[in-house]
Amino acid sequence: MPALLDVSGVTLRYKTSSAVVTATERVGFSVDRSDRFVLLGPSGCGKSTLLKAVGGYLKPSEGRMRINGREITGPGADRMMIFQEFDQLLPWKTVLGNVMFPLLMTRRLPRKEAEPRARAYIEKVGLSRVVDAYPHTLSGGMKQRVAIARGMAMEPDILLMDEPFAALDALTRRTCQDELLQLWNETKFTVLFVTHSIAEAIKIGNRILLLSPHPGRVKAEVIDVDRVSGEDGSAARLEQQIHDLLFAEPANVH
Amino acid sequence: MGEAKILLRDEAIASHAAPAEVERKLGVAELLWNDGFVRKSAIIIGLALVWEAYGTLLDNPLLFPTFHDTVIAMYEKTRDGTIPLRAWASLKVLFMGYAAGIALAAILTIVAISTRIGTDFLETVTAMFNPLPAIALLPLALIWFGLGNGSLVFVLIHSVLWPVALNTHSGFKGVSNTLRMVGRNYGLRGFPYVIRILIPAGFGAILTGLKIGWAFAWRTLIAAELVFGVSSGQGGLGWFIFENRNLLDIPAVFAGLLTVILIGLVVENLIFRTIERNTVQKWGTQS
Repeated sequence: MPALLDVSGVTLRYKTSSAVVTATERVGFSVDRSDRFVLLGPSGCGKSTLLKAVGGYLKPSEGRMRINGREITGPGADRMMIFQEFDQLLPWKTVLGNVMFPLLMTRRLPRKEAEPRARAYIEKVGLSRVVDAYPHTLSGGMKQRVAIARGMAMEPDILLMDEPFAALDALTRRTCQDELLQLWNETKFTVLFVTHSIAEAIKIGNRILLLSPHPGRVKAEVIDVDRVSGEDGSAARLEQQIHDLLFAEPANVH
Repeated sequence: MGEAKILLRDEAIASHAAPAEVERKLGVAELLWNDGFVRKSAIIIGLALVWEAYGTLLDNPLLFPTFHDTVIAMYEKTRDGTIPLRAWASLKVLFMGYAAGIALAAILTIVAISTRIGTDFLETVTAMFNPLPAIALLPLALIWFGLGNGSLVFVLIHSVLWPVALNTHSGFKGVSNTLRMVGRNYGLRGFPYVIRILIPAGFGAILTGLKIGWAFAWRTLIAAELVFGVSSGQGGLGWFIFENRNLLDIPAVFAGLLTVILIGLVVENLIFRTIERNTVQKWGTQS
């Protein structure tokens, strides 16, 4: 079976006002259906830029990206983005309105069917209580849950998550991570997850791609991450191994 | 290696006979004072009292009639239908100019955000024309469009177009990059993108533009009528003020001015406040 998402030899460059910066250089990886694929690396490794490229927001200057065999040419609702920023929710729409918005805008479902679907996913993230609330009345963790419900309600080929829990407090972050895994157990969606936290990568992912910075290159891929567990200390050992690998060269330490 | 111990404190809380005061109801006076409408009404009553006192003290109705003389004049002129008729004549022209100005501003800003040269064009022309008082164009407008409402509408468009376009544009520019990416994620582009994302996201700034535009238009219209109102057959509030000054009916002049103020207050406090409450305040994008 061909991979769901196939990224091969992708070089990403973007212009600042004074220079052209190479974010990633000839990066390749492939994501299979129902993978929880994590892009992990220190800041400057181009992991967020890579995710935005998969989202279709920027074109690679080299290499190719395919989703379901189709070339990625621009943003599309088959790849739903979930951002770190809390302002990704539309402040003028209620929780229900936010979750229904992409379903209606892409004409995926008529209003009559979009509403029950949206309510079902809001229920899944445990926010039925605030279904008619406006985003500004919600806490950070609730906002991120709404964003996740909105992404999942579209039932996209792949969810693209750009450090979605990085702006949350430690306790809420852990709850959100647990809930994400719970949701995955229920629906087995495919997710491409960006983080700079090794612990989060191990907790969330079943495969981890390690990137080294300046410019971003693939350093290693960790597979079968599912097999480690916190109880026997294997997760802690893996965390240490990854840490040593990422920060092996002193030049990379900031 | 020792072990930490957890001491539960529930009992300590339960044993407190009287819980501390968590919530206290506010008194009637305090509740009233918290209402902005009540506070502002008090200010207006205070100003009216000062006016009345000064007018009585001066005792010269030709220079400065008292508040109650003005109210009587206003009542009479309203009862015989002069003020409503004149106000309606003014508002009719105002709506035409305001609507046309907003429509042009919308076209201009939508063109401006889609291209860089469009943005440059908008920024340049607003910088050029925004400081130009609309009334200064009236002599020219009279040559182009003749005596009558055409000229008034032209200067009104000029007074509405630039502030609305400027504010709408800065509202669009202020929309966060995340929201833009969210909109594009759903395949929104072009006109639907503007309607579905940019306008609601930048609505606070757009509303400010509409308010400024309205105030400019209202001012410009009354001033234009004062100067050239003679020409238009019916004549609006500005012409009413001018006419009564010529007749030395100063309380009626004051009544005309008061009507201008009242209409301004109603539009600001009823119409725009209601829009604000139901949009930007409800969304939490503006307090």
